[in-house]
Amino acid sequence: MTRQAHQPKPAKVAARWELRLYIAGQTAKCVAAIRNLERLCEEHLKGQYSIEVIDLLKNPRLAAGDQILAVPTLVRKLPQPMKKIIGDLSNEERVLVGLDIRPMEGQEA
Amino acid sequence: MRAPRQKSKGRSGGSSAAGRRVALPKVPSGIRGLDEITVGGLPRGRPTLVCGGAGCGKTLFAMEFLVRGAADYGEPGVFIAFEETAEELAANVASLGFDLAALEAEKKLAIDFVYVERSEIEETGEYNLEGLFVRIQHAIDTVGAKRIVLDTIETLFSALPNPLVLRAELRRLFRWFKERGLTVVLTGEKGEGTLTRQGLEEYVSDCVIFLDHRIVEQTSTRRLRVVKYRGTFHGTNEYPFLIDEGGISILPLTSLGLDHQGYTERVSSGIPRLDEMLGGKGYFKGSTVLVSGTAGTGKTSVAALFARAACMRGERCLFFAFEEAAAQLARNMLSIGIDLAPYERNGRLKIIASRPTATGLEAHLVEMHRAVSEFDPDVVVVDPITNLIMAGTAPDTQSMMIRLIDFLKMRGTTTFFTSLTSGGEATETSEVNISSLIDTWLLLQVVRSGGERNRTLTIIKSRGMSHSNQATEYRLSDSGFELVDIYLGAGGVLTGSARLAKEAEDRAALTASAELIARTEQERQRRREALERRIVELREQFNVDDEKLARSIEEEVRRRDRLASDRHAMGESRRAFGSGRNTNGRRQTKVERP
Repeated sequence: MTRQAHQPKPAKVAARWELRLYIAGQTAKCVAAIRNLERLCEEHLKGQYSIEVIDLLKNPRLAAGDQILAVPTLVRKLPQPMKKIIGDLSNEERVLVGLDIRPMEGQEA
Repeated sequence: MRAPRQKSKGRSGGSSAAGRRVALPKVPSGIRGLDEITVGGLPRGRPTLVCGGAGCGKTLFAMEFLVRGAADYGEPGVFIAFEETAEELAANVASLGFDLAALEAEKKLAIDFVYVERSEIEETGEYNLEGLFVRIQHAIDTVGAKRIVLDTIETLFSALPNPLVLRAELRRLFRWFKERGLTVVLTGEKGEGTLTRQGLEEYVSDCVIFLDHRIVEQTSTRRLRVVKYRGTFHGTNEYPFLIDEGGISILPLTSLGLDHQGYTERVSSGIPRLDEMLGGKGYFKGSTVLVSGTAGTGKTSVAALFARAACMRGERCLFFAFEEAAAQLARNMLSIGIDLAPYERNGRLKIIASRPTATGLEAHLVEMHRAVSEFDPDVVVVDPITNLIMAGTAPDTQSMMIRLIDFLKMRGTTTFFTSLTSGGEATETSEVNISSLIDTWLLLQVVRSGGERNRTLTIIKSRGMSHSNQATEYRLSDSGFELVDIYLGAGGVLTGSARLAKEAEDRAALTASAELIARTEQERQRRREALERRIVELREQFNVDDEKLARSIEEEVRRRDRLASDRHAMGESRRAFGSGRNTNGRRQTKVERP
């Protein structure tokens, strides 16, 4: 228990969350996804994250790199391992689970 | 108002439907045989579903469609791979002669590997597959694709958590493909009792092709069937196909009608005596010749002679040997004086030897089909056709043979089959029951008598020519194939040494009779001579006698005259009266009186 409480703390301090959000044009789903993501990050990862939004309509080449099928897709580039979340990120709990961000810790931070 | 509109609507609908049926635009697939079955190819601007079990050749089918399109028909293609990476694909099809890298470099082909893994993906709300579409569109735009393959889209079903979204998106995707006029081939794994596991057929209503790889009696055969092809006529049978170093070959068999040309040209059988029996000129060009016989009757030799004769005429001959390796065949034929090696060297003769059990019957036929198309022979020999039956199951064989023969006939190729009949069977039924397809049928038989087996050749039939009905004996020796008349006499048909004995007997009888005639003639001569000699003798005798008698008559006359003159002289001297009356009678007196 103590180890669990201790370990995330230094990790969290050092951690940089590198997130990449793939969208295709300014559709309702994409706009919603951007809004949801920004809100979540501000809430849980304040100061530790960077978000890159890639519009596949403008850069279709980039879809192959991360094997993007669905739009919107959120890719957690860092910390490793890479994770993918699809959808407009409206289900906050699933996003946090998917990104391995525990809401508890977020509240602590 | 409403009624006429409905009418016109109906009419225009009907005519447009009819118009579509006539001129449904198609793209040639470039896959050998498929375009014949589908009467032109796959539907242009529409999706085609290729489905089948694992390892049935779906990916290859799809890849060949793209490669042929890109290389031969100026239609660039996109391959969206869900199962294999571009490198793996390229390696897999390199063995079939497809150079994907070169086509990619020429911007004729784009391969995009779409990798999805369920475990990586968490669903957090609404989404669509725009990412995939963007990729596909990007790939299409980079090469200006006209053809696209999705192999296989089914992996998405296991990768994406929500099938409802997926299905809706797929429907959108196919609509989009149609709008862009792309000809799509998508592959799908066969499901239990359905064409595809995920029901892909619901998106593809235009053309469905089913590939099958089945094992029948330990041999595998691949078959293709056009399950559905909306708006066009198509072959509905199962067609065997083959995957080899040239890609896919489908044997489009029953599309052929009975409209081959009737040649009047004749070709020698390679056996002068046999040519004589066949109306003096041999077989018809483009006809089908069957030689049937039991083991060891020399069927292969007759075939080899025909092959050699063709090569000597300067024709090209393709020899399928299903019994012997090419080298062994050449050696054995050399032993009866048929040297095939020179023709093999100058390329007129090609011997293709293969084990009948190596592949299924269909595969053999496809292979033969291809070999014939490539080598373009004037003469094809199949030795023996019965071995092919071992490769297939009985009911298939006949229709297969019909198709092969039809194909060869259409090309005007003279075809020579040998057929092994088993001993107990009625000799005039060939095992394949293809007799109705055969134009000239020679039967080689073994006649067993007097402790030896002798061979006879009979022409069972030969369409369109007068031919001998005489069974002929033949011998195989160092000097080749020799036909001799068999003995036909009171004692029946005799062959071999019995024939020789009987012939000798006949010769002896002939000699005896000739001698008798000569002797009788001699006797006749002798008798005539004897008689003539006697005639001469008698005549001589007669002459002698005749002379003698004539002389005595003369003497007598002379004596009489002398007597008369003496009396006269006496009378004169006596001067007696009436001396005249005594000497000359009354006459003298009378004369003197007046």
